Amino acid sequence: MLSRVAESVYWMSRLVERAENVSRFIGVNLNLSLDLPDRGGEGEQWRPLVVTSGDQEAFSERYGEPTRSNVIRFLATDEENPNSIRSCLATARENARTVRECISEEMWEHLNRFHLMVRESCSVRGGEGPVDEPFEFFERVRQAGQQFLGVTDATMTHGEAWQFCRLGRRLERADKTTRILDVKYYLLLPEPEDVGTPFDSLQWAALLRSAGALQMYRQKHGRITPRDVVDFLVLDLHFPRSVLHCLAQADAALHAVTGTPPGTFASPAEQRLGKLHARLAFTRADEIVAGGMHEFLDDTQGQLNATGDGIHETFFAPQPA
Amino acid sequence: MLPMFQAQSFAPSGGAAEGTPVEDLFREYELDGFYDETVSGDRSPRPASDRLCRRIAELAPGDLARRQAAAETAMRRLGITFSVYGDARGTERIIPFDILPRVITAEEWKTVEAGLKQRIVALDLFIGDVYGDQKILNDGVVPRAAVESGEGLKKACMGLKPPKNVWCHVTGTDLVRDGDGTLYVLEDNLRVPSGVSYVLQNRQLLKQTFPGLFSGNDIRPVDDYPWRLLECLQWLCGGRVENPVAAVLTPGIYNSAYFEHSFLAQQMGIPLVEGRDLMVRDGFVQMRTTRGPQRVDVLYRRVDDEFLDPAAFRKDSMLGVPGLMEAYRSGRVALANAPGTGVADDKVIYTYVPDMIKYYLNEDPILPNVPTHRCGDPESLQHVLNNLQGMVVKPANESGGAGMLIGPASSEKEREEFAAKIKEDPRDYIAQPTLALSRVPVLCEPTPEGELNLAGRHVDLRPFIVRGPETYVLPGGLTRVALTPGSLVVNSSKGGGSKDTWVLSGDGGDG
Repeated sequence: MLSRVAESVYWMSRLVERAENVSRFIGVNLNLSLDLPDRGGEGEQWRPLVVTSGDQEAFSERYGEPTRSNVIRFLATDEENPNSIRSCLATARENARTVRECISEEMWEHLNRFHLMVRESCSVRGGEGPVDEPFEFFERVRQAGQQFLGVTDATMTHGEAWQFCRLGRRLERADKTTRILDVKYYLLLPEPEDVGTPFDSLQWAALLRSAGALQMYRQKHGRITPRDVVDFLVLDLHFPRSVLHCLAQADAALHAVTGTPPGTFASPAEQRLGKLHARLAFTRADEIVAGGMHEFLDDTQGQLNATGDGIHETFFAPQPA
Repeated sequence: MLPMFQAQSFAPSGGAAEGTPVEDLFREYELDGFYDETVSGDRSPRPASDRLCRRIAELAPGDLARRQAAAETAMRRLGITFSVYGDARGTERIIPFDILPRVITAEEWKTVEAGLKQRIVALDLFIGDVYGDQKILNDGVVPRAAVESGEGLKKACMGLKPPKNVWCHVTGTDLVRDGDGTLYVLEDNLRVPSGVSYVLQNRQLLKQTFPGLFSGNDIRPVDDYPWRLLECLQWLCGGRVENPVAAVLTPGIYNSAYFEHSFLAQQMGIPLVEGRDLMVRDGFVQMRTTRGPQRVDVLYRRVDDEFLDPAAFRKDSMLGVPGLMEAYRSGRVALANAPGTGVADDKVIYTYVPDMIKYYLNEDPILPNVPTHRCGDPESLQHVLNNLQGMVVKPANESGGAGMLIGPASSEKEREEFAAKIKEDPRDYIAQPTLALSRVPVLCEPTPEGELNLAGRHVDLRPFIVRGPETYVLPGGLTRVALTPGSLVVNSSKGGGSKDTWVLSGDGGDG
């Protein structure tokens, strides 16, 4: 397929996944703010979201101190933040518009309506809509994102373009799961000695719920412990939002595109993704906790970015005439 | 035993009880002395539209408006839009769609179809002649000066032999109807005519929002247009390659007709490419793909001649592919339409089309031209300048209604300024009497009493012709409506809308 088309399909899919994950991400705090006594003040509770989103600098420049309403605005409705839900959808839709001949009509129609829905919601009461009614808005974004996934799988030929969709979606989801997990690193407990208390468990539970993982976690591990949460969200082989599961799927998509035998590589993209995949596949949760969860997540994000660069180099960058 | 599905008994919404007798449908409708496509002089529906009008009359109040609104919502959801030029943010707009179809009888269509085929064959021979032996110029039937002074003549095309000897694979010919009911050819769009996607989408929209309208009418389908086009593209590669790879070449997402480019590629199931996706390597045109370069055998190109290849035409073109013309000349890629067709898509050359038909085919033109004055002829020039107020004056080389003077709607000052422009470069202008363009009823905001409000608006018709293994005329075409009351300008860039266009297979009446 055309390199330009592959790139557009990849980003279309990635950005829809990103929008869905941003809504999950904010959900961590919306859940928590209702559950926890507010000790550190509003700013302390919302700062972690800005930090882990990776866009702290852009945020501080424009908004200063984080509050509930400006963090939601920044992550959801801000047109100048390229990673806000609104921008993600606008760009995803623009990408889809350039490849309409290659995706299914139903995908286009769904994505176009998704974009219009977000745009309209964001203009309700001068942009205060999602801030006032966050649960409803984020729920709709999450649902529409999942529907897009369903429409994609059900109506698009599972050929090369679909594999690029899958690749983009899985890399994005892996990255966002690490960020949702990383929020915990920055969340303050009311008192230092609260580690291991119900407060601590509440935070972990909120986090699992945002990743859509609470119920599945309980089925597997029952009681909430940090080690098991890491085990589930990072290393679970079967949970579709765990980092390892995402990497395995991304790896499979990549090899389906290139035809290189699994476990081998012929391009920078395959090499980097394969290394990262292997590293996680042969790691235990204890080792991650012992070595520092935050450091581990940071490093994983770095390698995911490098994989993204590899994909660009291998497939999208213009070939010389 | 009970039937599995019990029929619910209710009066169908819009049943006869709620509606109006068809005689009353147009009681308040003003003809204003114009020829109306749907209604005859006594304000009763024309036979072809009779069944349609009865259907409309049966509807409950507000039903039509509701369906109209549903159609507009569907367009927005489906992203059937065009981009507005001169807007950096790439604003997209929908082309207003009027829900009442325009109906053409089988009999009239037969004439139109024959006339269009005759015309396109002659035009194609003319283009080949101009770039080849120039017999028609040598014989003085078309003056050499008229051809050589036009902007459409491309030096790079001299001596070119396009595959299968066809230049205009896709043509959109604009037809208008005058007050006495005669259909005239207004212009031939031979370069990269657009609008066909709206024909297909309008039909789809109407089927979706108003399926009941179709029952009992025998309407010729339009859906196979993309297939005809693909067949034509593949035919152009016939004998050269086994399984030809075809693609649509677009200037990109900010082009006003981008939706159409994407739609056609999608319908034909072929890639949509931009100039930057292509390169010429080893003499062949190649697409940059995820698996390296891949050969393309034929391009349905929607990029203007000027921008097609910076090595052959405009050097500053960012939209084209360097070396494309060379690959085309050597027969390694086919282009539809062929470069250079603009030479016959010129309003001065237009005036000679009836002569071409005589010259090449030895036939009388089936469809007449609008009587046209060439300002380049001194006598005509004087006549035009003396009668500007009653004329429509057009630059020879513009499209989309740009740079026109509409005499009756102009001010004294505008006419003076325009006269000066004409005198400066008379070759560049033609003038036509202001036609009393026919009208159709369109749905307007309801009256203050909440009643159905139909009002007459001027229309034209752009049928599309594909020259492949056989010449195919899409039944109907794009009906463009000037939505501003009294306006004669139907271009979408100037606030025009469109309608579904029905060509009936039978007589369409109650018989």
